[in-house]
Amino acid sequence: MNHTLRFLFFASVVRPILLVICGLNVRHRERLRFDGPALVVANHNSHLDALTLICLFPLSQLPKLRPVGAKDYFFRNRWLQWFSTKILGIIPLDRDMKSGRRNLLTPISDALQAGEIVFLFPEGTRGEPEERAEFKTGIAHLAKRHAEVPVHPIFFHGLGKALPKGEALLVPFFLDVFVGEPIHWSGNKSEFMEQLTCQMTALAAEGSFPAWD
Amino acid sequence: MGFFALPPAVQWSIAAIFGLLILATIIVRTLAAVRPEADWSELRQRVNSWWLMVVVFTTAMVLSRRISLAFFAFVSFMALKELLSLIPTRRADRRVLFWAYLAIPVQYYWVYVEWYGMFIIFVPVYMFLLLPFRMVLIGETEGFLRAAGTLHWGLMITVFSVSHAAFLLILRLKDKPDDLVGPGMVLMLVVLTQLNDVCQFLWGKSLGRRKIVPKVSPGKTWAGFVGGVVTTTAIAWFVGPLLTPLSAQQSLIAGLIIGIGGFIGDVNISALKRDLKVKDSGSLLPGHGGILDRIDSLTYTAPLFFHYVYWLFDWHTFGAGAIRL
Repeated sequence: MNHTLRFLFFASVVRPILLVICGLNVRHRERLRFDGPALVVANHNSHLDALTLICLFPLSQLPKLRPVGAKDYFFRNRWLQWFSTKILGIIPLDRDMKSGRRNLLTPISDALQAGEIVFLFPEGTRGEPEERAEFKTGIAHLAKRHAEVPVHPIFFHGLGKALPKGEALLVPFFLDVFVGEPIHWSGNKSEFMEQLTCQMTALAAEGSFPAWD
Repeated sequence: MGFFALPPAVQWSIAAIFGLLILATIIVRTLAAVRPEADWSELRQRVNSWWLMVVVFTTAMVLSRRISLAFFAFVSFMALKELLSLIPTRRADRRVLFWAYLAIPVQYYWVYVEWYGMFIIFVPVYMFLLLPFRMVLIGETEGFLRAAGTLHWGLMITVFSVSHAAFLLILRLKDKPDDLVGPGMVLMLVVLTQLNDVCQFLWGKSLGRRKIVPKVSPGKTWAGFVGGVVTTTAIAWFVGPLLTPLSAQQSLIAGLIIGIGGFIGDVNISALKRDLKVKDSGSLLPGHGGILDRIDSLTYTAPLFFHYVYWLFDWHTFGAGAIRL
């Protein structure tokens, strides 16, 4: 990562766009006061999601913040690859399973072991705007491997309206960010996934959102 | 413009507003110290937010005309964004909403170049005609009427209405074009509108019994409404001749307009929130709610007060065609 450029990019481009042009409405912000290592998971509808997660933390924590991104998408060309790794600081994830699940998650494990805060979108893809999709179970494997690391669920609304998949024009909306209580590996994969899904559903139910269809 | 270029009455008024705020802060602190068992956090948040609003508003008014106009444009932007985030919109209209946002810089540009004729028709005529056309180009007809209607209502409330406060700022008298009368009139409008809110709240809390619009806003009472209007009118009668070219009698009527108009603007947004089943329009101003919660009264008082004073005097400029692009 290029820490100077990354700092400048987030301080002078991303923050003004997200905090002033859009505007974040964060509920339970106090639940975000933690240091790494930690896993933060959220629903995924927009390129703004990872940027918003980074903006939830103070700039001083920036070097520790690592969103996970699909390698096939973010390494499409050299320029994007440079931008994703040096500026966004992504941990590239192989979405095809050829190399086996264990190796797949190794870069994430390394980051957690280095005390970093890792952002993950277990829906796997941005999908339809403002619709939640089922969480994939990779997160359970990570939680199991790092039982001591807390998993913080976050529910987003409005980001898929502001910048949905396939659109390049940002339309300002207030963005809702509901932060959940952290959960830990419970010793059982389906139990863990259910707990996570329940938390997300409960967070989503905290807001009343206008129709968007 | 600069603080010291302002008329002395405006300077004194700004000092008085800060005095009021300091007084409010002392009262809240004292109450919290005398009765620590009660919860004062909301009141304290409210006063803190008032500090923020007053500091931003007075700074924007004092620095320069461009900054003052940019401030009002920003208020319009925040209010429109809050509204569009709150109401149901159609996915197909995403790009239409972008055009609606573009109306803000354009509308405030007309204010900046003092082109009254364009300022007064741009949203009600041109945006009114343009946005449905943009929707037609996209081609989604399901929910067309509701989408076109809600979007235009939103633009009228958040952009057209609020921009009247900005135009008030640049008004100059025909026979005395060098007199700086705008800042005084804006100060009178904004401060009286906000004081009216506070007075209606305080009168309602202390004397209010009979509800005035129980279905829309159950907290509002006749005593609050009448007490607020009387107080606002009395203050207007006193400060109007000091701050503005209005005579005492004209100020009295202006006070009535602000008192009654402010109440209607307030319950108008209350009806919207009740329809959408939300308590506050947002969370931008702790203790107050969102920006729409704060400018609800202004959406009525700004155009009403503006057109009253516009009718009263002969103003320098701005008929249709004052500027040809």
